[in-house]
Amino acid sequence: MNVSASSPPPIGITTKDACVDFPIFDAKSRSLKKTVIGMVGGNIDSDAKVPVIEALRDITLNLEHGSRVGLVGHNGAGKSTLLRLLSGIYEPTRGFAEVRGRVAPVFDLGVGMDPEISGLENIMIRGLFLGMNRREMEARVDDIADFTELGDFLRMPLRTYSTGMRVRLALGVVTSIDPEILLLDEGIGAVDAAFLEKSKKRLSELVERSGLLVFASHSDEFLRELCDTAIWMEHGRVKQQGDLDDVLRAYKGGA
Amino acid sequence: MSSAVVPSTSRAWSRAFADLTGGWGQRELWGHLGWQDIKQRYRRSVLGPIWITISMAVTAIALGILYAGLFGNDLAVQLPYILVGFIVWAFVSGCILEGAEVFIANEGLMKHLPAPLSVHVYRLIWRQTLLLAHNMIVYLIMLLVFPQPLDWTILAAVPAVALLALNGAWVALLFGMVTARFRDLAPITQSLVQLMFFMTPIVWIYDDLLNSPNPAIAERARLAEFNPFLHFIEIVRRPLLGQDLLLRQWVIVLVITVVGWLLTLVVLRRYRSRVTYWV
Repeated sequence: MNVSASSPPPIGITTKDACVDFPIFDAKSRSLKKTVIGMVGGNIDSDAKVPVIEALRDITLNLEHGSRVGLVGHNGAGKSTLLRLLSGIYEPTRGFAEVRGRVAPVFDLGVGMDPEISGLENIMIRGLFLGMNRREMEARVDDIADFTELGDFLRMPLRTYSTGMRVRLALGVVTSIDPEILLLDEGIGAVDAAFLEKSKKRLSELVERSGLLVFASHSDEFLRELCDTAIWMEHGRVKQQGDLDDVLRAYKGGA
Repeated sequence: MSSAVVPSTSRAWSRAFADLTGGWGQRELWGHLGWQDIKQRYRRSVLGPIWITISMAVTAIALGILYAGLFGNDLAVQLPYILVGFIVWAFVSGCILEGAEVFIANEGLMKHLPAPLSVHVYRLIWRQTLLLAHNMIVYLIMLLVFPQPLDWTILAAVPAVALLALNGAWVALLFGMVTARFRDLAPITQSLVQLMFFMTPIVWIYDDLLNSPNPAIAERARLAEFNPFLHFIEIVRRPLLGQDLLLRQWVIVLVITVVGWLLTLVVLRRYRSRVTYWV
């Protein structure tokens, strides 16, 4: 999404005191009178008329072109929500967030995939969803077909594919694009080892092409490969931000 | 970044307009998806989307014969009237019913891809327009069987359909936003649309009742003027059946278009950024 003024400003993401509160309209448990702070998840404020999950609190970040940021934290610490804030999907309920540049969010490899249509058609649709246009995708189809090694299967409907084959297809499309801002959520599994090596190479090439990377992962190995700085999320706040090794050490030490 | 901009800009007018124009800029995406939706529905069937045309033809012919018999009308009058009314109604009710669900149905996409809200609305309107185009084949065939006294006024059907689409867009956007927040509105909308089908002159011929020898019936038929759907149907149906255009109906539709869009823009500005939280 381009939220740009007249002259294209440099690629980057700026947030200031950004908060993301989810109203939970169907939560009936009004007995939780106080704000509960658990180990997992954000704060739940149930004094309000509609219970609210405070998923992100006072996020102030300034990510610029060239940043390679890893995102660490417990389950429910706000990593995925932060990625959605940075992509512009969630606009902050309070505070400010500005996204400058074309965002390619890769949170779920399967989103936008249609089981009833062929692999080739899915390549096109997934590409359009990632902000490419038809012409750009047509130019990439051969490359993607080579990479996935699916051959004639690309003309078959996606529902005939095994899980691994679907992941290949999705990875093939995702790693073929030219994003300005790349937001990656982990969830790249179910691929055989040889293919994983091959996709790692494509993944790092993709990261090199992109202007800005934010990558949420539990895998130190992957993080070290793709990122140089890191953000540690806890209870919806930024607990620490800085050099990747420092943050990882503090995170592992505290965990 | 100065601290002066800290108050959220989510509610700026410019953001509301940017949503509409940004969505329009992604024509390739929603254009492709709209086609896909149609092909999807008839995948693996031998005739494919021609089924849209066939089912419309079957309904119109059956109801045409039924109501021509019941009202004692000539089939050559009743059938074209019902057919065109049905085609337009299918578009109108499709925009409203699917519009109310437009954001709820696209929850997965909305939470995974940053796209303007209007993308989902344009996709819906485009899909309905394609369905309308398929149904127009039945109209063309009907013209061969029951020729209508057409003249240049048939050209008015084009802007009339455009107005219908323009109204479909604000209805889908507005109803989609409100229904995402208040889920009870979906069943209410469904009931009301069904009710409006009977209240609107689609199977019953409005002019016949106005000219009824019974003054009480003629008086009651006038009440239909208060039904906005009457005017939306009529601006398309009259030119397609070679009837005179009525300025009054166009003015009413134009007024509804402007008022509807103004209202929708106000709601869009205020709640656009909240919809992803609600779905």
